[in-house]
Amino acid sequence: MTAMERIAMTDQPLLRVDGLTKRYGPRIGCLDVSFDLYPGEVLGIVGESGSGKSTLLSCLAGHLQPDLGRVAYDGRDVLAMSETERRRLGRTDWAYVHQNPRDGLRMGVSAGGNVGERLMAIGARHYGEIRDKAQDWLARVEIAADRIDDRPSAFSGGMQQRLQIARNLVTAPRLVFMDEPTGGLDVSVQARLLDLLRGLVRDLGLSVIIVTHDLAVVRLLAHRLMVMKSGRVVEQGLTDQVLDDPQHAYSQLLVSSVLQV
Amino acid sequence: MTAPAIAYNFAYLDEQTKRMIRRAILKGIAVPGYQVPFASREMPMPYGWGTGGVQVTAACLVPEDRLKVIDQGADDTTNAVSIRRFFQRTAGVAVTEATADATVIQTRHRIPETPLTEGQILVYQVPIPEPLRFLEPRETETRKMHELEEYGLMHVKLYEDIARHGQIATAYAYPVRVEGRYVMDPSPIPKFDNPKLTANPAIQLFGAGREQRIYALPPYAEVVSLDFEDHPFQATKAAHDCDLCGAKVSYLDEVITDDAGGRMFVCSDTDFCAGRRARGLIGRLGGDQKSSKTFANSFQGIWPGTEGAP
Ligand SMILES: Nc1ncnc2c1ncn2[C@@H]1O[C@H](COP(=O)(O)OP(=O)(O)OP(=O)(O)O)[C@@H](O)[C@H]1O
Ligand SMILES: [Mg+2]
Repeated sequence: MTAMERIAMTDQPLLRVDGLTKRYGPRIGCLDVSFDLYPGEVLGIVGESGSGKSTLLSCLAGHLQPDLGRVAYDGRDVLAMSETERRRLGRTDWAYVHQNPRDGLRMGVSAGGNVGERLMAIGARHYGEIRDKAQDWLARVEIAADRIDDRPSAFSGGMQQRLQIARNLVTAPRLVFMDEPTGGLDVSVQARLLDLLRGLVRDLGLSVIIVTHDLAVVRLLAHRLMVMKSGRVVEQGLTDQVLDDPQHAYSQLLVSSVLQV
Repeated sequence: MTAPAIAYNFAYLDEQTKRMIRRAILKGIAVPGYQVPFASREMPMPYGWGTGGVQVTAACLVPEDRLKVIDQGADDTTNAVSIRRFFQRTAGVAVTEATADATVIQTRHRIPETPLTEGQILVYQVPIPEPLRFLEPRETETRKMHELEEYGLMHVKLYEDIARHGQIATAYAYPVRVEGRYVMDPSPIPKFDNPKLTANPAIQLFGAGREQRIYALPPYAEVVSLDFEDHPFQATKAAHDCDLCGAKVSYLDEVITDDAGGRMFVCSDTDFCAGRRARGLIGRLGGDQKSSKTFANSFQGIWPGTEGAP
């Protein structure tokens, strides 16, 4: 089943974003952003540095309080939820992959403990089962079984990022936020990580919002694409359409500058 | 007791400070296991010597009280002796070594073996009150975690223990959940003592001086030690009897008696041990009527606990 078929099957968006605005004093973070995300869909967000991508993602994930607008997850008003509810959602249905794995991992805790944390946070109390699940997830992100008791500080950057992904996906979230997940990595390591991500997204039927500078990432992963500039969405549509036939002058610039590389 | 020679306020602290501390204590009792901030005062002793416990004791004492002070179970170690003397001088209260006779007991690292009773107050000296500190150094975050009951991290700590040592190796300051709500650090008592925390008829107060926190367990509060289904909590002790009094059920200190591998096990609770021996209960080596710690001390330089502060 292709993503488009899957989208066609469901009429309810998983996430509805309407008029989302966040200012930092006089400075604009993001302005009047609206979009729908359907189950199983991967939405890419691109745009130059400072265009508001991270701000938008943080507002969506509940890490930042927007000034205006509405976010509905599975029909529930996210901004009206209590913090307890929102944080619970953040541990169960949602996941957040940081650009810097250090921000998303506990560096003083073993790889197994890092993966197990979300399980324990939602009530897992059987050591053997937690460990089996951690072992399974390490294998899925291609980390050798005998590294389960090592701390992430003993891992390479690529391994740390894969560990962060395992730690996030172990509770089978439905919606994953990723802020430049391949950002700090070497090109060859990036390619392998992307491959892995693509497989996981497909196998688990994840809905993903992924922020990136890298149009190659977008082409490989995203069904739909949103181009941001100065806090606003200047263009959105199917990835291939936007990349092959950009309408907005800024998108054209963005695409052409990449093609020249 | 004679009246204090110097004109201290009763129990050293001024009345306003004591009121402030009592308010924190009352709040702690009302919200079992919750860490109440308080404005810790300078005390005439270093932090490692239990200034939090001393301030809580000072705020609780009345002239009619009978005070017992123990350090690692012993009444006769430096730390215990100096705190006891401090209150004798500044409050003029009676002192005792008998757990059953005491109305207020200040302790470091132990809960007495003799069961406590209603009306008694047990004051713990606490170095680090925050059980989540080990994995989450940010105070703002740990407060939020308590507020929202996000305690998964405590089990991560236990998970790490098992992954590294094959079992829960945490032997002291073993974390507990109070009344199904707050996760609490019971201070560095051995986990052997954890079962005594729950349903205890006494009031239990915890004072952390450097960290400026007070927390409490009201009488009969439910206190559960955290664990895993397949690694249940176990209150362990050395698999021996006390060599002085023969007790099988008390927490023991191991004492090296010579440099040829000789060793003995003695009750860490000196009052408990002496009481048994006074009743004629004698262990393997127990003819001597000295306290278990004094006995241990007679083996020169081998008892680290006697130096008091950590
Ligand atoms: N905490 C903050 N305080 C003030 N201004 C901020 C803050 N965070 C972001 N901004 C501003 O908001 C705008 C959007 O920033 P944001 O970090 O969302 O951009 P971005 O698209 O993620 O950039 P990058 O690609 O560099 O990560 C920028 O002008 C930025 O300077
Ligand atoms: Mg950013």
